[in-house]
Amino acid sequence: MISESAIAYQVGQAGARSERWLVRVVIIGLTMLFLTVFVVLPLIMVFAQALAHGVAAYLAALVEPEALAAIKLTLAVAAISVGLNLVFGLIAAWAVAKFEFPGKTLLITLIDLPFSVSPVISGLVFVLLFGAQGYFGAWLQSHDIQILFAVPGIALATTFVTFPFVSRALIPLMLEQGTLEEEAALSLGASGLQTFFRVTLPNIKWGVLYGVLLCNARAMGEFGAVSVVSGHIRGETNTMPLLVEILYNEYQFVPAFAVASLLALLALITLIAKTILERHLDEGTTSP
Amino acid sequence: MIELTNITKRFGAFAALDGVDLKIADGELLALLGPSGSGKTTLLRIIAGLDWPDGGEVSFDGENALARGAGERQVGFVFQHYALFRHMTVFENVAFGLRVKPRAIRKDEAGIRARVKELLDLVQLDWLADRYPSQLSGGQRQRIALARALATEPRILLLDEPFGALDAEVRKELRRWLRSLHEEINVTSVFVTHDQEEALEVANRVVVMDKGKIEQIGTPGDVYDYPATAFVHGFIGESVVLPVNVAEGRVWIGDQPLNITAPNVGGPSKLYVRRHDMQVGFESIGLRGAVRHVRSFGAIQRADIAVCAGGSETVIEIDTPRDHALRTGETVELHPRRYRIFAD
Repeated sequence: MISESAIAYQVGQAGARSERWLVRVVIIGLTMLFLTVFVVLPLIMVFAQALAHGVAAYLAALVEPEALAAIKLTLAVAAISVGLNLVFGLIAAWAVAKFEFPGKTLLITLIDLPFSVSPVISGLVFVLLFGAQGYFGAWLQSHDIQILFAVPGIALATTFVTFPFVSRALIPLMLEQGTLEEEAALSLGASGLQTFFRVTLPNIKWGVLYGVLLCNARAMGEFGAVSVVSGHIRGETNTMPLLVEILYNEYQFVPAFAVASLLALLALITLIAKTILERHLDEGTTSP
Repeated sequence: MIELTNITKRFGAFAALDGVDLKIADGELLALLGPSGSGKTTLLRIIAGLDWPDGGEVSFDGENALARGAGERQVGFVFQHYALFRHMTVFENVAFGLRVKPRAIRKDEAGIRARVKELLDLVQLDWLADRYPSQLSGGQRQRIALARALATEPRILLLDEPFGALDAEVRKELRRWLRSLHEEINVTSVFVTHDQEEALEVANRVVVMDKGKIEQIGTPGDVYDYPATAFVHGFIGESVVLPVNVAEGRVWIGDQPLNITAPNVGGPSKLYVRRHDMQVGFESIGLRGAVRHVRSFGAIQRADIAVCAGGSETVIEIDTPRDHALRTGETVELHPRRYRIFAD
């Protein structure tokens, strides 16, 4: 015989189960809805607008001299800033992970600074430094060196904004791996450089790629800081994001979305590459 | 011969090493034994060149080793957590030391292959050459780490708690194996351990350390049977300790005189007796205790015996043969076959 309380318990349990099921559906549903409205739909819209007048118009918009110049400039700036940040990031991560020194916490905080400062402010800093009224402005002018409203200024601003990506990808990885393998290499007679290239770098290579990937995506997509220092000279100092804005403001929707679609494509490729890299990173952190 | 003279090393306010002198003879197998924080690992790392002393001298065969970095000292170092190169196969791990040599003295590829094969045979793991470290068991990893350290024919092999990360069975097996390996290749070896059994079983000579100082250096038999200090007596083997007072050569426990001698000691002291040297009821030296609790298992019975020492009471645990039955509550005579007295 089943007592009443047992039945009540079973009913209660079933109730709790269906309640949990309901909660799960609501939470997952809300997330999907949110992602659809804010991510998937805009992404589709970018491509739909770009192709609104057909593939020919889309391709024609991309080979416009202005568009080509913007694509070239964006690639060049990304190459410079990713290159610089690869070196800076490796050095900074190495310093933080392998040595103990006073001011280390301050250094880690400073590395993160570009993330917490508005990109517009980051751009303004360079105007204050290198602009005509800036600290180095007069000196630069007298030596005929153009930084603002030219490629160096755009590269500098982009480098500043994307500085944390490589070091942030490497610091936790290198901290976890510690210095034992390096010590083993040293005691086996390896020089500092041999230790770096044969032991340290192979251990962090996926982390480096991960950092470079994110750094590159942000470098190509950066708007705020670049907008301040670029000067918007058509065909000369407009990167892809800046060109998208200009074209859009001129009601040239197909060219605007065509260029935007390239950036969206970059984002998608970055996302896929990131997922693959993350799998490798997980393998890398399981210590022998 | 490796000679350390007056080595000191501080980490902030903490003195990790405080005036350490040590001579390591060629071909010996030396254990640095001590509790954690005794400075033994720091000493090992200073010999290896992975740490630098604040003061003192290190010489290898009369040459100043402190003028050389870790890579130039020809030492083999084995880490507690193996530190194998995770992205290299077992073969490449062992070959590493051979590959990073300057071109002029580097073996050719065939020479490297032959040497690695020889070492993998030595550690009996030649069948693992193509595996990665993550695919090996702890014991296998440590043997590969040893092969890697031996590849460059170091003049001294340094092992930092080599068996510390392994489970008890593997540990015992590797211990015996290390001992026979040393007999086979006879390379001067120093290993750090906090496990007295490991030190006594494996080493030819044991250096007992505490708080950055060497307490005693001797053969395993010496440090066990003739401990030089109270610390060594307490750290190695099982000891029964009683507080005593020594006045004019006579030993008192509380207000009770004991019929034993204590040359060269005066004032408040401790009486140290190995547990197996403490007997019950054979003859009287004036040491008595009350049986509190008796447990029997196997051929022995273990008793908690309370000894009055002045105002306080010290409970000691001793083993006696089962044929000499003890009853809870009875008072027994205690007789140390051998003992040591150290001043506080």
